[in-house]
Amino acid sequence: MKPSEAVVTARGISKTFGKGGVTALQDIELDVGRGEFISLIGPSGCGKSTLLRVIGDLVDPTSGEIRVNGKSARQARLDRDYGIVFQSAVLYDWRTVAKNIALPLELMGFNRAERAARVQELLSLVELDGFEKHYPWQLSGGMQQRVSIARALSFTPALLLMDEPFGALDEMTRERMNDELLRIWTEIRSTVIFVTHSITEAVYLSTRVVVMSPRPGRITSVLPIDLEQPRTRETREDPRFFELVTEVREALHAGGADDVVEEPEVVE
Amino acid sequence: MSTLAHPASGRRNTQRVRKWGPAAIVFGIGMALWQWVLPALGVERYLLPPLSDVLQAFWDNRSELVRGGWITFKEALGGFVLGCSLAFGFALVLARWRPLGSALMPYMIAANAVPIVAFAPITNAWFGTLSPWSKVVIAAVLCFFPVLVNTLRGLTSLRPESLELMRSYAAPQRVVFARARIPNSLPFVFSALKIASVLAMIGAVVGDYFGGSTEALGVQIVSSVSLAQYETAWAAILVASLIGIAFYAAVALAERLVVGWHPSIRAGVD
Ligand SMILES: Nc1ncnc2c1ncn2[C@@H]1O[C@H](COP(=O)(O)OP(=O)(O)OP(=O)(O)O)[C@@H](O)[C@H]1O
Ligand SMILES: [Mg+2]
Repeated sequence: MKPSEAVVTARGISKTFGKGGVTALQDIELDVGRGEFISLIGPSGCGKSTLLRVIGDLVDPTSGEIRVNGKSARQARLDRDYGIVFQSAVLYDWRTVAKNIALPLELMGFNRAERAARVQELLSLVELDGFEKHYPWQLSGGMQQRVSIARALSFTPALLLMDEPFGALDEMTRERMNDELLRIWTEIRSTVIFVTHSITEAVYLSTRVVVMSPRPGRITSVLPIDLEQPRTRETREDPRFFELVTEVREALHAGGADDVVEEPEVVE
Repeated sequence: MSTLAHPASGRRNTQRVRKWGPAAIVFGIGMALWQWVLPALGVERYLLPPLSDVLQAFWDNRSELVRGGWITFKEALGGFVLGCSLAFGFALVLARWRPLGSALMPYMIAANAVPIVAFAPITNAWFGTLSPWSKVVIAAVLCFFPVLVNTLRGLTSLRPESLELMRSYAAPQRVVFARARIPNSLPFVFSALKIASVLAMIGAVVGDYFGGSTEALGVQIVSSVSLAQYETAWAAILVASLIGIAFYAAVALAERLVVGWHPSIRAGVD
């Protein structure tokens, strides 16, 4: 990858919370190329959310530098290069589903008709047609998270930062949302940094999997995922898929991540 | 009009009876106690005259009492609007510039503990006994602190992610307030406004006690008592109570319309 193609470059990123407190991140070096799909995986508390927040300029690193699209992270944020999906849905209770999705469009000055059309597209994308007038409390947790995904996609940001977006979904919906996300990713040609606890999800979605380990949070390995694009149902049955799942699992264990949650796999 | 109710509306009526029935029974018992039991127990008329006499006094003095009620209500409303809007504006400033908030908040809380009606004779001296402004100011000061403290809490009690979301859109402070902080504060603001509606009436009536236009309701209460017209005094108190309840109910209705999305309200809606 040529440096000019890098969307995100992280150089020596460390983050310590409080004076002499938790070292959430230590010496993170990461390059993310344009159009990549990167998954961050690692045990709870290893700094995945923190890394995402540092990249998104929501927290300042204690040391090190982040560049996004050749700019500082701050400038990238001011240019609205990011679409963020938080670990919890973070919807505004006083806004309907449609208005929650349209929030960034409102702030970016799209007119009413453009917003309405876009909201309809996004609603069907996340399979919530007919729910536009509902309030967040009238939706299940998984539906709320899909609203927040639709909101992040609404302005087709160049860089999507997603923190365990599908954690609240059942396995079936999760696989469907995975396929949708991949479709959107190829369609809008965006770059995705995706946090997950699921090894299979990471392997299925990613072009590279970044394995992290805790105390202090650091990157222990980066595994390229050489599965064919586009990924389909067959991908999940590909022997190479299982090899890669095993590779990631071993990398996690090598990083001392014995407490990683693994979902049971169907043995064929 | 048919007396045969539609089955669904019949069910709704049954529900309504079930909901309001107990309260209505308690009301009836209370009124009966007042009318018959208290006099039978020998409670003197200067302590509490029988209900029917109070109602009679209301009827005989209805035009003075309604006019007095209107005057005092205007004082309360003026104080409510003045105190609440100043408090809201002040809360916005303190939420926007937090160091200012932390510098001033201890004094605000201390001032909140001051028995403000103690100032009523003083405000009469400031504005003149006959001026409605002395009552408006008492009512306004009473409203100010609960609205300030609650609004400030509402403006600052967002989940960090709600603000990070705005930050990720590079939203300026003006937008953060308009789209996130102020909507988030509204349920807090309305609980404070309900408290303030009650306090405003108290402020206005107590303000009247220390002098005012002879027509004002509080002045009528004081003068009726001094003339031993206890029935009239009680009738005036009744009017003040009804105004207070109506004021509160109006604010509660506005709350329903404005913050219908909030959990505390939506439990009641449906
Ligand atoms: N605002 C904060 N203040 C203090 N410590 C924090 C803060 N945010 C995170 N931490 C600490 O930093 C470490 C990493 O947290 P982070 O949320 O990034 O973990 P994570 O990998 O996202 O975990 P999970 O998988 O459970 O979401 C944790 O030890 C946490 O206690
Ligand atoms: Mg996290």
